[in-house]
Amino acid sequence: MTAVTPKTPAAPTSPAAPAAAATPAAPTSPFAPQSRAAPPALRFFEDGAETEPAIFPTRLRAWHVIAGVVFLLGSAVTSVLVGPAGIPAGQVLEEIASRIPFVSIHSNLSPTDVAVIWQLRMPRIVLGGLVGSMLALAGASYQGVFRNPLADPYLLGVASGAGLGATVALIEVPRLVSLPADFVPIAAFVGAVVAVIATFALGRTGAHERNVTSLILGGVAVAAFFTAAQTFLLQQQDSQVLSEVYDWILGGLSTAGWGQVDLVLPYIAISTVVLVACRRLLDALAVGDDEANTIGVRADRVRLLVVVAATLGTAAAVSVSGLIGFVGIIVPHTVRLIAGPSYQRILPLSVLYGAGFLILADLLARTVLSPGEVPLGVVTAFLGAPFFLVVLRQSRRIA
Amino acid sequence: MLEIDNVSVVLGEATVLKSVSARVEEGSWLGLVGPNGAGKTTLLRAVTGLVAYEGRINVAGRASSTTSRRAAARLVAYVPQRPVLPSAMSVTDYVLLGRSAHHSYLGGETRRDRRVVATVLERLDLTALARRPLGQVSGGEAQRAVLGRALAQEAPVLVMDEPTASLDLGHGQLVLELADELRREHSISVLCALHDLTLAAQYADRLLVLSGGEAVSSGSAEEVLTEPNVRKFFGATVEVLAGRDGVVVAPARRPGPEAPTWQQTEEAGDSGGNLAWAAAL
Repeated sequence: MTAVTPKTPAAPTSPAAPAAAATPAAPTSPFAPQSRAAPPALRFFEDGAETEPAIFPTRLRAWHVIAGVVFLLGSAVTSVLVGPAGIPAGQVLEEIASRIPFVSIHSNLSPTDVAVIWQLRMPRIVLGGLVGSMLALAGASYQGVFRNPLADPYLLGVASGAGLGATVALIEVPRLVSLPADFVPIAAFVGAVVAVIATFALGRTGAHERNVTSLILGGVAVAAFFTAAQTFLLQQQDSQVLSEVYDWILGGLSTAGWGQVDLVLPYIAISTVVLVACRRLLDALAVGDDEANTIGVRADRVRLLVVVAATLGTAAAVSVSGLIGFVGIIVPHTVRLIAGPSYQRILPLSVLYGAGFLILADLLARTVLSPGEVPLGVVTAFLGAPFFLVVLRQSRRIA
Repeated sequence: MLEIDNVSVVLGEATVLKSVSARVEEGSWLGLVGPNGAGKTTLLRAVTGLVAYEGRINVAGRASSTTSRRAAARLVAYVPQRPVLPSAMSVTDYVLLGRSAHHSYLGGETRRDRRVVATVLERLDLTALARRPLGQVSGGEAQRAVLGRALAQEAPVLVMDEPTASLDLGHGQLVLELADELRREHSISVLCALHDLTLAAQYADRLLVLSGGEAVSSGSAEEVLTEPNVRKFFGATVEVLAGRDGVVVAPARRPGPEAPTWQQTEEAGDSGGNLAWAAAL
């Protein structure tokens, strides 16, 4: 081969040469002292003027939020006005207004009606809102973390664990000791958490690899096991106990009271704050674990944090409402259709629309067969299943 | 500056990299070449911290094994061979992901982050596509977006794995030219694996040849890319010509008797490399 043009050695030509150029590595040892602190940021690009750069990253849109708030308030107000007690709507509104500080309106409702509004309808609406927002948010988070549109909050065994916990509480415990009424929710919560811990502990491959697929498969196995245990317990019971357990499994808010709101509020509040705070990280996971790592997002830690928060919140929700299906799937997918695929929008909006949806579904559950009740899980599935098929038709692709 | 010192990688039973050392000065470009399965991708993944290794890798004077993920993302930017492109994500949002390690972990991007993204988009001629979802841009445009995300990291080391693999010649050159311009402007150290030996020779200051997980040759393109070397390491029969911007490696028909056999070609690739490729998936 003949001579070739030698390449010009590369030299820093920028006047704004990076700071690192001025500090070469120590000549004695090529390896500088170790440090975990963030390195000084290089600045390739000038800060420039104070003008706002003309780029448009995805943001929560005002009208999406306003529509969500209107939907939620609309559901809540409708729900508080309607009920078998037949209190006139105007008087209900007067009574509520009289409780607002600095408003001097006095309602002339009987104490019974006042109790109906404040001890029956209100806690039920608040609890429905909390449960609905939690299930929708947890479903959206699971879909993001597992990058699977069919993921729902019960994916990792929450439902079967809670079901077994509640069954044990309803069947076994009353024989032994008498316990406070809140014991069933607590047992369901414990069962749900145990099931998810089991999924996490067992759902990995022989090579100690814990990836999305092994977790989901682990969840399937754990759910099957817990459900089998529950069925085994149930088949030895009489019909009275069976119908109690069955009522619980179908889900509902008919026993809602402020005590239950107090019970779940801390978990749902913490879980909601954590999940909504992670919304950007969920978007970063869309490029896959490896690439997320190279841009500084620890995919495994994000996944663990999100799953723990979503599970805790779901377990709390399930413990007071039983197993309400489909909310965790249809609400996030509806939000996705309205607002696009970014979790920066999906997560906060799922909270609003999930709460509104479940309040509305519960309104149907308690009015359609009034004075009887349709199980809430039946209402959501009745609305959810056809809706889900529509969503399926609209989506371009799965996963 | 990037220093790679005696780096070995074992995946399962196979040693995929054996004591590889290299050094990339500020503002210089080290081309990484070698046959399929030579361990190129594994070396790049070790540098980005995606695979566990023995030995030491220093980036800008810091041992990369002790830096946190976030700190590492400010030091090394990575253009993977097969990037995952979320089809519904906008080009802007995608490039903005490169700023993840610069703004607070849970908080949003700052005005400076937005300004960097705006500059990168403009520089890579992506401004007109800024709001387009990645699923609706061409392969070349998507590859520019991937480079844009890496540049938005403002890292002193840029690692690229076959950045031209999915591009035609013109778009491939465009991406390499852009990377080259930016490394000269900002004294970035570039470590870039390329299959095309001519392209590798044109852009790199120095070349490192990996074969069977070992560094078998290094030096300027003229020193490394000789006809015997290419035959030995790649099992390929080539003609090395002098071009305007460096050596040109042209494939030649294999002459009858002395052509390498299939077996020799396979040996040049070494079996360990298959795992390296599998790990890259």
